[in-house]
Amino acid sequence: MLNCKQTSQLVSQSLDRRLTWQERFAVKVHLWICKYCRRFSRQLLAVRSGLQRMTQSVEENTDLQMPSESKARIAKVLESELK
Amino acid sequence: MAEDVVQETFIAAIKSTSFAEQSSPRTWLTGILKHKIIDLMRKNIREIAASDLMHEEDANMDEFFDEAGHWSEKPLAWDIPHDALEQKQFLGILQQCMEKLPNKLATLFLMRDIHETDNEEICKELEITTTNAWVMLYRARMGIRKCLEMHWLQA
Repeated sequence: MLNCKQTSQLVSQSLDRRLTWQERFAVKVHLWICKYCRRFSRQLLAVRSGLQRMTQSVEENTDLQMPSESKARIAKVLESELK
Repeated sequence: MAEDVVQETFIAAIKSTSFAEQSSPRTWLTGILKHKIIDLMRKNIREIAASDLMHEEDANMDEFFDEAGHWSEKPLAWDIPHDALEQKQFLGILQQCMEKLPNKLATLFLMRDIHETDNEEICKELEITTTNAWVMLYRARMGIRKCLEMHWLQA
């Protein structure tokens, strides 16, 4: 039987490699009986997929503006590059 | 730093001839910007000495578990937000949490979980073994989860 520490390690690794069927089975059994590891696992997965979705949506409707000094500085550099 | 990347993007853009009529300037520039950001992360990572990485592995992870491998602090129930305003707050907190991580762990997490960089590519860049990468990603995720729990739950 896996303990919580081993389970958390395997859940993390499941995001980076394909677990063996024995590992998948052992994790499943542990998650079935342990609500804290279930939470942990759900949160880890949610953070990853949520992050990717969110960074995308932030990129799409960003209203960030550069300070005008920075814009002027970059414009100057560009002008000298074009010469 | 952000400003430098934007500047480099524009320089690359005026020197480039690859602008395709069918794409909008915005999409095109964003594409260049993304490449520049990834280049910058690579550069950051190369500056991390391999010995430094190994040292990271010795860091004690047992704060999260007791001797029998049970949670010493049980994970609390929380969820990532669904509406746009809360998402922005969440990303802000996440950013702060990543700043608290050791630099290399944060970069690794960023590459893997946000930009979905291939595992093999990460290991090649960092000159570490895959096992090492799993251990480091585990540490990064444990730290970030805990930090989100403390700060997001109370927000």
